[in-house]
Amino acid sequence: MQQSVWTLLSWGPDGWLDDIASGAAVTVLLALATLPIGLTIGFFVALGKQSEEPSLRIAANIYTTIFRGLPELVTLFLFFFGGPLILQYLIRLVRPEATIDVNAFVAGMIVLAIIFSAYASEVFLSAFRAIPKGQYEGGYAVGLSYGQTMRKVILPQLVRIAFPGLENCWLSLLKDTSLVSVVGLAETLRQAGVAARVTKHTFLFFSVAAAVFLILAVISSFATGAIQRSLAQRDARR
Amino acid sequence: MSVAADAKNVVERPPPRARGWPRSRIVGYVLIGVWVAAGGGIVAYLAFAWNSELFAKYGPSYLQGLGVTLSLVGISIVLGAILSLPVAYARMSKNRVLSGLAYCYVYFFRGTPLLVQTFLVYYGVGSFKPQLEMVGLWGFFREAFNCGVFAFALNTAAYQAEILRGAIESVPRGQWEGAASLGLHKLQTLWKIILPQALVVALRPYGNELILMIKASAIVAIITVYDLMGMAKLTYARTFDIQAYIWVAVVYLVIVEVLRHAIEWIERRITIHLKR
Repeated sequence: MQQSVWTLLSWGPDGWLDDIASGAAVTVLLALATLPIGLTIGFFVALGKQSEEPSLRIAANIYTTIFRGLPELVTLFLFFFGGPLILQYLIRLVRPEATIDVNAFVAGMIVLAIIFSAYASEVFLSAFRAIPKGQYEGGYAVGLSYGQTMRKVILPQLVRIAFPGLENCWLSLLKDTSLVSVVGLAETLRQAGVAARVTKHTFLFFSVAAAVFLILAVISSFATGAIQRSLAQRDARR
Repeated sequence: MSVAADAKNVVERPPPRARGWPRSRIVGYVLIGVWVAAGGGIVAYLAFAWNSELFAKYGPSYLQGLGVTLSLVGISIVLGAILSLPVAYARMSKNRVLSGLAYCYVYFFRGTPLLVQTFLVYYGVGSFKPQLEMVGLWGFFREAFNCGVFAFALNTAAYQAEILRGAIESVPRGQWEGAASLGLHKLQTLWKIILPQALVVALRPYGNELILMIKASAIVAIITVYDLMGMAKLTYARTFDIQAYIWVAVVYLVIVEVLRHAIEWIERRITIHLKR
């Protein structure tokens, strides 16, 4: 009856390592799928916050105030339980007998993207403020349009300045993915929890989950280090 | 004479506000319209779904939950602050082993989700039941609230140690040397010279940590502690009424905003002497 720790942690039908590895894959996928959405929303929210138009500033500030002020778990539950109600209400206007089923992965992705973008917008905003006005004026002076100035002059500098802050946002995104296990997504923590409940080796399997997150953090610090070096190289070459 | 007067009158004015309807204004008004509609929708829903019976039944339990949340955060912040002192000391020490250990501690607690740490404590201690019973700590860990406090205090100690270290290292070395040349010993220097300067720097990160803890405390609801979020979960489970979560969101938002403004106010007060 008592299995050894190594059997429990082996790959295959007796062990749980394959289940936890699939959970880790879901964790990474969720974080990677969230990242581009969050970055895009965050960039535009930052653009709104530093706009000269007051109404745009107010709208952007409401966004960050709400989503940085709410606990991540509350946001998740609000969207996971409240979102279907609204969707159902809207869809029943067209098709009365439709029912809505929310995918935990998609719900998690939306909520994490919103939270990530609220934090990333602050990073982008301070990076925008670090870029001197002369850069915009120089862009206009050589005849670039607003969009071209943004893309060719401002964005390359912005990325370099914002990168360390965005790295922190990425790490907290990676950790926040564990919250989605609460609404039933089979990611690392949930898989570890199942293994713990079945085998009664609770400490062992939650330690494994912690180790997975630590390994992911180490891997991303290597990756971000490499990106940062290449950014710095490009900076030096100019 | 007149030239000098003219030169004085030339001030750089901000560009005049755009007239008419530039694109950014249209987008801004539309977005504000969306917010007003969303806010109005929620208020209308709450007014429409107002149920004073439900409110009388669950309102007091929300207050009770708020008390649990605040005491959980209060206790763990204070315990974490105490625990962060040796960790910060070890992290700054020249002893490689000591600083390495402190680094590992900080890395573990900052690198893994708080939810995992909480599960590790709450479910994980079961694996050590015989040993804990032997030292008489089993009674402590059987309570979910205590497990929450334990995990949160360890977690916040790691963050607070980093805040403290950053703040102390932000004070220039010359301050230490100056104090040494006046004949103050290390502890006196730390207490009278370094800390007053470091804490001004540390106030904002400490405030952020407090806000983060309040927000993070919602996760103890998952390990069956009836804090604010736990009460909302309970109410939702019994009534299937989304109001349960809307009200709890409002309460959290109010707490966080009040704290944020209070911290900004304190920071303005204590940095008055640094303004020119």
